[in-house]
Amino acid sequence: MRTLGWLRSTAASAVVAVAALGVLGGGQAAAQGKQLTLCWAAWDPANALVELGKDFTKQSGIEMKYEFVPWTSYADRFLNELNSHGKLCDLIIGDSQWIGGAAENKWYVKLNDFFDKEKISMDDFVPATVVGYSQWPKNTPNYWALPAMADAVGWTYRKDWFSRPEIQSAFKAKYGRDLAPPKTYDELKQIAEFFQGREIDGKKVYGAYIFTERGSEGITMGVTNVLYNYGFAYDNPKKPYQMQGIVNSADAAKGLEFYKELYKCCTAPGMTNAYMQEGLDAFKSGQVAMQMNWFAFFPGLYKDPNVGGDKIGFFVNPAGPKGHFTQLGGQGISVVATSDHKDDALAYIKWFAQPAVQQKWWQIGGYSALKAVVDAPDFPKSAAFAPQFLESMGIVKDFWAEPSYAQLLLDMQKRVHDYVVADKGTAQQALDLLVKDWTKVFKEQGKEVASQ
Amino acid sequence: MTTISQPDATMPGVSTPAKSRDARRVRGLSDRAIAWLFVAPTIALLLAINIFPLIWMIRLSFTNLNLSMSYLPLRFVGLDNFRDILTDEDVWFRLQTTAQFVISSVVLQVVVGFGLALLINRQFRGHSFWTTIILLPMMLSPAVVGNFWTLLLQPQIGPFNYLISLFTGVPPSSFSMTGQVSLAPWTIVLVDTWMWAPYVMLICLAGLRSIPDYIYEAAEVDRASAWRQFWSITLPMTVPFLMLAVLFRAIENFKMFDMVNLLTSGGPGSTTELVSISLKRAAFEKWRTGYSSALAIILFVTVFGAANIYVKTLNKVKQR
Repeated sequence: MRTLGWLRSTAASAVVAVAALGVLGGGQAAAQGKQLTLCWAAWDPANALVELGKDFTKQSGIEMKYEFVPWTSYADRFLNELNSHGKLCDLIIGDSQWIGGAAENKWYVKLNDFFDKEKISMDDFVPATVVGYSQWPKNTPNYWALPAMADAVGWTYRKDWFSRPEIQSAFKAKYGRDLAPPKTYDELKQIAEFFQGREIDGKKVYGAYIFTERGSEGITMGVTNVLYNYGFAYDNPKKPYQMQGIVNSADAAKGLEFYKELYKCCTAPGMTNAYMQEGLDAFKSGQVAMQMNWFAFFPGLYKDPNVGGDKIGFFVNPAGPKGHFTQLGGQGISVVATSDHKDDALAYIKWFAQPAVQQKWWQIGGYSALKAVVDAPDFPKSAAFAPQFLESMGIVKDFWAEPSYAQLLLDMQKRVHDYVVADKGTAQQALDLLVKDWTKVFKEQGKEVASQ
Repeated sequence: MTTISQPDATMPGVSTPAKSRDARRVRGLSDRAIAWLFVAPTIALLLAINIFPLIWMIRLSFTNLNLSMSYLPLRFVGLDNFRDILTDEDVWFRLQTTAQFVISSVVLQVVVGFGLALLINRQFRGHSFWTTIILLPMMLSPAVVGNFWTLLLQPQIGPFNYLISLFTGVPPSSFSMTGQVSLAPWTIVLVDTWMWAPYVMLICLAGLRSIPDYIYEAAEVDRASAWRQFWSITLPMTVPFLMLAVLFRAIENFKMFDMVNLLTSGGPGSTTELVSISLKRAAFEKWRTGYSSALAIILFVTVFGAANIYVKTLNKVKQR
């Protein structure tokens, strides 16, 4: 009986202690209490953002929670979330092409009043990023996001291979010029052909890595880098949505043919459905001489013990016969309209826009779009790829950012992949069909589409 | 030994059925009401998660709803979505691709599955062990199978190409099983067969084990050869089981999505884009809700109709 009595009193004490702890803990949690969820893609810069966010928590007491999704399902997952008016994300770093749909569907909070109140000026950001990530309609002062992660397509190359005397002399003997990072796509193809199948350090290597992914956006984000420079445009600048003869011009068809030639002549076997990660793997494993990829990955590649440091070099997307552009990547940060914590989310954006925070963002692996950071005199020397990044941000072009962008993107994925990888039809036929697809989409959207 | 005694209705203290009914009525619930009470949650759930979405989808199929442009007014478009689908060459091409996949994979699975069943039906050393090994693939998730085979089929590091190279002398990295138009459709058939032939084997095995031994004994007495026994006893008596396997696998393969999506994403180009992948793209990537609802209905009617015809044929075969 004594044992039972002791047990009873111990249990009672434990219950009281647990309850007291609960009350205390609850009180502490209530004191800190606030939490924000930020949604983005799972990639290197996201890790840098987690690091950066610790400063925000320290200053504001607001805990940051992150929801990072792999790129291949990033659009599916978050567009679904936004479409269904979910409350998962308070803040979202959404892709540049989402801005039209997000604005029209009111998924994002319009930031004009907030920017005015907090004296955040869009003139302080790189113009291409403001147009690309924040404005809808484009080129109007209607802001739905703060440029968060500037990005574009660039190229890496094996600087150590390029600088080997035997390789240099073999190249010069074959092409009559020095082996150097290419300035034009013709030069790039020559270099890629030169390296294709060559044995380096006892290992067979390949010329170039380019995007060919079918499922999400890969091949489109790759081919546009060539198409823009061969004269492709999305529509007639004087007649919006007039695509006939522009999208499927003879020059554009030549650009598409070139991309296929590059794919056929100079890529590693099996690269039929490859995007960012496959490119990183190919480059890191010493398989390719040159790699097309997003600047966002270059800090990580530069740090790589096997191919980074002195072994890696960077160059801007080469020019073509009709121009010099590169594909815009990157995202803006927005407040989700259905969030229950809009004020806290706006506080995060206010904090993130500060020059000191933007400077740190660049230093730890993010890409700032703030002019105070990228136009600083020492910026080009701040990283091995900084000059190329700066130049690229001056020549970017983006895909459609219409609310129907997903349909437009998937149509292009299909037509380009059918031609480039599956050998279906000609380049001209692929682009003609693309015009047909896009015209249908715009008509469904209620747009006036002029045929000529 | 336990004996079960029937209660005597006339025994005192034991109520008669009439009395019992009266008692229940007094409590306010009849037998029928109690039955409904138990069934009601299931029916409610069925209505909520099956019937209501189906009716809603039928409604949406007559509209222009596009969730990525939900700010546009919702319009009733009549049969426009159905007309667009049925006159779209791409949709017919996808249906053709799906039919080729279903027929090739089901035929191969039945041949392999039936062959395996004949082998496993014999008693030999390690019988249980090999049965377990053969059944392993069908226990895996299609997502795992997709990723696993993607690695195996990788042209540079995947062992599959090296194996082919060993027998044919073709350099391993000179071909891509998932990236070449001529090989990709057969690759998905191969992987699906690897995964699901064991399932067909199980069904066939049930069929083989259901054949009474005395039939074979009678055939032996009549000095029927092994081939004759197979042709006149084994095959006819397992046909209903084979047809059942064909039905299950055909329906499943018509809906095939996950494994193909992981292996090829419908590529190269649109070579392996099955109709289920098109449907997913239309519904959850292009957000064409009205259009995709119409496509889903067309597919449902197609599968339902084909399955009904098949089941009737199956019943006729059974009656024979």
